Amino acid sequence: MAVTIEDVEHVAKLARLALAPEEKQTLSRQLSDVLEHARVISAVDTTGVPPTSHALPLVNVLRDDVVRPSLDRDDVTGNAEWAENGAFKVPRII
Amino acid sequence: MEYETVIGLEIHAELATMSKMFCGCSTDFGGEPNSRTCPVCLGHPGSLPVANAKAIADSILLALALDCDITPRSIFHRKNYFYPDMPKNFQISQYDVPLSSGGQIVIDVGDRTRTVRITRVHLEEDTGKSIHVGESGRIHGAEHSLEDFNRAGIPLVEVVTEPDLRSPEEARVFMQLLRSTLEYLEISDCKMEEGSLRCDANISISADGVLGTKVEIKNMNSFRALFRALTYEEERQRFLLRDGGTVIQETRHWDEGAGKTHPLRTKEEAFDYRYFPEPDLVPLEPDPRFVAELKSGLPELPRARMMRLVEQYGLPEDISVMLTGEKALADYFERAVETGQDPVELAKWIAGDLVAMLKESVVPIRHCPLEPRGLGELVALVAQNIISGKMAKDVLREAYETGKGPKEIVDSKGLAQIDDAGRIESVVAEVIAENPEAAEDLRNGKEQALKFLMGQVMKKTRGQANPEMASEMMKKSLR
Amino acid sequence: MSIIFADALTISDMIKARKISVREVLEEFFGRIDEVEPRVHAYINLSREEAYLAVEGLEDELLRGADAGPYAGVPIAVKDVLSTRGFPTTCGSRMLEGFVPVYDATAVERIKAAGTIMLGKANMDEFAMGSSTENSYFGPTRNPWDLERVPGGSSGGSAAAVAAGEAPWALGSDTGGSIRQPAALCGIVGLKPTYGLVSRYGLVAFASSLDQVGPMARTVRDCAGLLGVIAGHDPNDSTSISAEVPDYLEGLTGEVKGLRAGVVKELSSEGIDADVLSLFKAGVDKLSDMGIECEEVSLPSFSYGLSAYYLIAPAEASSNLARFDGVRYGYRSPEEHEDIWEMYDRTRAAGFGQEVKRRIMLGTYALSAGYYDEYYAQAQKIRTLIVRDYGRAWQNFDVLVSPTSPSTAFKLGEKTSDPLTMYLSDICTIPVNLAGIPAISLPCGLSDGLPVGFQVMAPPLEESKLLNVAYALEREVGFEALPPI
Repeated sequence: MAVTIEDVEHVAKLARLALAPEEKQTLSRQLSDVLEHARVISAVDTTGVPPTSHALPLVNVLRDDVVRPSLDRDDVTGNAEWAENGAFKVPRII
Repeated sequence: MEYETVIGLEIHAELATMSKMFCGCSTDFGGEPNSRTCPVCLGHPGSLPVANAKAIADSILLALALDCDITPRSIFHRKNYFYPDMPKNFQISQYDVPLSSGGQIVIDVGDRTRTVRITRVHLEEDTGKSIHVGESGRIHGAEHSLEDFNRAGIPLVEVVTEPDLRSPEEARVFMQLLRSTLEYLEISDCKMEEGSLRCDANISISADGVLGTKVEIKNMNSFRALFRALTYEEERQRFLLRDGGTVIQETRHWDEGAGKTHPLRTKEEAFDYRYFPEPDLVPLEPDPRFVAELKSGLPELPRARMMRLVEQYGLPEDISVMLTGEKALADYFERAVETGQDPVELAKWIAGDLVAMLKESVVPIRHCPLEPRGLGELVALVAQNIISGKMAKDVLREAYETGKGPKEIVDSKGLAQIDDAGRIESVVAEVIAENPEAAEDLRNGKEQALKFLMGQVMKKTRGQANPEMASEMMKKSLR
Repeated sequence: MSIIFADALTISDMIKARKISVREVLEEFFGRIDEVEPRVHAYINLSREEAYLAVEGLEDELLRGADAGPYAGVPIAVKDVLSTRGFPTTCGSRMLEGFVPVYDATAVERIKAAGTIMLGKANMDEFAMGSSTENSYFGPTRNPWDLERVPGGSSGGSAAAVAAGEAPWALGSDTGGSIRQPAALCGIVGLKPTYGLVSRYGLVAFASSLDQVGPMARTVRDCAGLLGVIAGHDPNDSTSISAEVPDYLEGLTGEVKGLRAGVVKELSSEGIDADVLSLFKAGVDKLSDMGIECEEVSLPSFSYGLSAYYLIAPAEASSNLARFDGVRYGYRSPEEHEDIWEMYDRTRAAGFGQEVKRRIMLGTYALSAGYYDEYYAQAQKIRTLIVRDYGRAWQNFDVLVSPTSPSTAFKLGEKTSDPLTMYLSDICTIPVNLAGIPAISLPCGLSDGLPVGFQVMAPPLEESKLLNVAYALEREVGFEALPPI
């Protein structure tokens, strides 16, 4: 099942990646190759086989409703030079 | 053409836990931006979520109150999308295996009841908040935005109803009942204005039994807004259909100022959330004994209490609805009943004057300066004819404002009603003598004059004359 | 006498016996680093100042006789995928160049508590995606056995550092073989623990249901010691196991007679280079010599492991890497942006390398509407089949064995033109991650001067047995060779 340029563009939008035209071409080809190779699993009969989303048999891992110290402001914005008064500045949304 | 309005609601309520859903940051409201954040709720590389046990217990409690089935094994899912108020650009939520499903709740609208089916109740985390910087402070036309993640990670319980509501009024009643239920369970502050209770609606118009296109309505920030928005939208869709138009499936935004809904135009990507099971969290298998314990510990719920108060105390339904809207208010009433006074009278005083005073001074019922005992005292004074109903209003206000007991106020101010026939007789005579024209009017049958003359009597007796007695005497004298 | 090729545990004993000072130890290793780093490039950032500062305090403590941890003063390299408070953590990416974490990963906390001294953050394939460390934004690491060749990946820096004597041991991470394959290509020992045994808190996530932190060292014994430090329940990680952690060192008896080893048919025939296969078979013979019953076993679902992995891992990664968006930390595209959507698109396009972008795209596609059932969901079912195959095998075998890597170290640039070619490097290691079981790689010989790795796999939480078999084999093999560098 080939991954077309349109597919690539759609997926790039979902993944928020700006791609150059050559990149789109390359990705179209490479993704098609990998998925073609992965198709072998489509042939496997998995009727009645449940998916494994967790390798462990753990359930109910919870924590008590207790307040723990939060970060200092310096730690919060230390890795963002564009922060303003403790808030993260971003370009307009609409 | 038979048109019918079809409404379904999707409600999010912030749970009033001490700490966030997946980390130990405090859930306190307000504070400097990003003062209640940590690597987990900021989505720092390498951080991991750990689920809050109380949030889960609270959600189960709500699900039980809504008569839902608790799913034996539920899991968390990731809902993937980009938005600046999202610390991880995915929200930990629940998808096809939620905490609970298949419940219902009955609402009373006018003299009808409506059973509203609950599709599901599940748990997820809240996003941060965007502060839009620009002329209007709104998202449209903003120059840039500032992101504050204090709210990010606060536990949200989501309730989804089937499209069983048939009018904006029903939607409002439902929301009020849901809010009361949350309040009775003590699991949420449920303040729509503060954002701890949010509601989106899906509304469509079915024509001759054929389901219409549903439109999603967002940004209704109060019960009133909910009602107004749905009323507007209902009308908009009906007119559209009646004029032969088609309703477009879209999301519309309620504009409180303009009193209209507008289509929401954003550059967000196509809504493919790519849900998959959250690998960083393990499944939930609530212990049936724990669930049974929670169930048996459920308080009497609002509607049940409402009906019991009507049944048990003979309260008019609308007053009972009012009192049971808030658990603390209903508790207050039932404590007042313990004084032995007439429940209907007590109820009227609470639902009327007392609630008005509380609202005016922005005080919650649990901090009411007048104890239920005191209210009982007041009602007793009226019942014993020591003061008139009108006088009691003033006494109530004074008791509320000073904290003094009603009896103490009446005694110290000598407000006891004057029942002494002789005293009243002489005041009546005085008033008649001083107001010959009015007296003449009354003699000639003008009932208005009685009001005026009575007013004069009350003035002279500082409102303490027994009104029935004085009125009788006045009329007798001027026959 | 230079200690740069001594085992970590030996160095630890020497420090305790006062045969060498902690300062001298550091000087030896930083001396070696200065000598070979320009050629090997095992590290992204060195923590020289911090290390010397740490040992100053440590000297005093040791003089006073205070307990400074079981491995006080022993240096260590930490793969740059683990969060180190106050010290840059880049994950080999431009996206996190200059990023300084505000907390320590649990594994890092524990090695600090054990008294080890961090030498620096080791180079890696960007965000742990790769099998050669050629995907690092900061340039590749070279294999100390042949500088024209790759050290393997994604923990290539950690492996090369240990192999070249630039650290006695290291922490790595393994999602599809990223500890074991570089260990094999660099001639050292590397262990991927049972999923959930070592906390992932602070491990920058690639594929959450597959990632694990693990030890990389010169000897099996060192691995056992380091594993003991980092293993154990962590309340900050919901997927962390609560089981008691045994004393892994005590379990190294070397007694293996009577155990049964299954030779995985699907991983020891087609697709494996002849020279690797012959050294692997020699290793199997050595197991027999020690009294271990070896028999071929077929696990048919293993043929699908690669495909399932290259759907599951990128899918989870595409979601895990969504947080890198220039909003709260990390790289932000410096241009003027029309709106935030443009800022996201450009930041992520410039911040991520090609392989990362490729996998994000692959993963997003596999999860997208219309494809979820066919790709992701089906892959998760294949995973169940693999778990079942292993389950059946454990009924008849104590351990399973295979070569670690289909080939010895390949040349830089040899496999970069076609992603699939690179992905095939992982066929032997991947099924282990899908099932969440523990596995170890140890050297079993040289082929044309390049190390070959032997992989041993065990049931969940049986690290003691796993380490013991590896320990016995290690002794039997007697791999003493050192890289020419």
